[in-house]
Amino acid sequence: MNIMNPIVSDPARETFDTRSLLAHAQQQAEDRKYEDFMIIDVDAHHYETDSYRDIWEYIEDPVMRDQFKFTKGATMMQRSTGGYQEMAGRITRYAHRRTEQAPGAVHRDIGLTRKWMDSMGVDVACIFPTPMLGLGLNPVVEVEVQYARAYNKWLTEKILSQDKRLVSMLYLPMNDPEAALKMVEEFSGCRGVIGFLITTVRYKGLYDNAYMKLYRALEERGLPLAFHAATNWGDQSMHITNRFIATHALGFSWFNIVHMTNWVVNGIPERFPGLKSIWIESGLAWIPFLMQRLDNEYMMRSSEAPTLKRLPSDYMREMFYTTQPMEMVNNQTMLQETFKMINAETQLLYSSDYPHWDMDLPSTIYDLPFLNLQQKKNILGENARKLFKLDHYISDEKQARLAARGKA
Amino acid sequence: MAEIFVCPDSEMKDGEVRIVRQGRTEVGVYRHKGAYFAYRNHCVHQGGPACEGIVKGKVVDLFAEDKTFLGQTYDHDDPHIVCPWHGWEYKLLTGECAPDPKIRLKKHEIVQRDGGVYVVV
Repeated sequence: MNIMNPIVSDPARETFDTRSLLAHAQQQAEDRKYEDFMIIDVDAHHYETDSYRDIWEYIEDPVMRDQFKFTKGATMMQRSTGGYQEMAGRITRYAHRRTEQAPGAVHRDIGLTRKWMDSMGVDVACIFPTPMLGLGLNPVVEVEVQYARAYNKWLTEKILSQDKRLVSMLYLPMNDPEAALKMVEEFSGCRGVIGFLITTVRYKGLYDNAYMKLYRALEERGLPLAFHAATNWGDQSMHITNRFIATHALGFSWFNIVHMTNWVVNGIPERFPGLKSIWIESGLAWIPFLMQRLDNEYMMRSSEAPTLKRLPSDYMREMFYTTQPMEMVNNQTMLQETFKMINAETQLLYSSDYPHWDMDLPSTIYDLPFLNLQQKKNILGENARKLFKLDHYISDEKQARLAARGKA
Repeated sequence: MAEIFVCPDSEMKDGEVRIVRQGRTEVGVYRHKGAYFAYRNHCVHQGGPACEGIVKGKVVDLFAEDKTFLGQTYDHDDPHIVCPWHGWEYKLLTGECAPDPKIRLKKHEIVQRDGGVYVVV
């Protein structure tokens, strides 16, 4: 035996830094040579509430602006999604991120986001807000409209315009269909706006006639419409769950399941064949379930969905899905079958959901033994690049690794 | 096989952890009730730094004789290493993954001699 001189550290005494927390992610990126291809993360987050002092300036209604200011955003965020994602301190980044800084960055949000992107090997990230995922529950329609517009304006002016690596699909205040349409008209074409977003914790059917102008406007512009799930512990069915694991596991699938079902049986894909939809953060296991369930019922009750010309699963197979949180505990056969059923090679888009607690690294896709290299590249970036018509881009850190390999 | 010096025996207190890095080898060394335990700092789930998170007692549901639920508590005799990335939990005393003992952190031997603590890699 020999004795070496190691580096010994005490985690309790170290200052939190995302690059340190994700050092193993960076090792994975280097080992797998992610510098050889573009990685696009289609669902990542920031905490817009960290910037509420900036956002309130964009609220047009002076009375509401004051309410927002004096409640530090709490009035705007009235919602009942609830939960304890940080697991009583087990997910350490939740507590530590509040004090983490990004010296030298144009904006703290950009600096913090770039840290995890570079660690994971992500070149371009589509960022979404966090508490706003529950804003659709706000009982005051004007609050959703005013806050959505303020956030979208702040995001496009202060964040997206500052960094070509960051893009977003902007929040639509669906409780006011006319305001949602105006949002598309006002923000389409802004730098980094690659589509629009419906948060699916909401209680208005998305088949309502009032939304048809909105869908037409998106279809005409060639902009995808994304559906981002969340959970709502106050929902009547979720209300009887007594542990967060239950409301989270069910809710994040359920709210996309119900809106997808309405979307299909009301024939929206037939009415707007050019409108591309993306279903975000429900995992993947729900898709084969719903395909089978709807196909079975449709064959018996096609008179209730007369606009459809094909099976519900045929429409679902043409939609896009993000990967996270991918169910991969112990049944790879089912996962492989799921990939086949949804045409993952062209329809699946990698997403990390970072910095949220159930984030997935690119290796969750890269390490799947049943995918060939091209399929991995498609899911990790190429499918999204084509869908959003993005330029090919490799980050500076990854380009440096490429250059170092060339010299070696 | 090699021994890596961690610290003098007197340095670590119960409940503390040290991360020892030698090249690409990373090991978490724990002291619990006077004994040392060492595991590879690599979560089986997605490769997170399992030993850089917190240690928490196993959470236990409490039931009465008639199986009615009474509440929850911590079993501090069964401390869990918690990976900070996603919350996967491992038993500090064995390295077994708490919900599935077939999965485990790689265990390393600890050697104590001449007043020092060493981990074998």
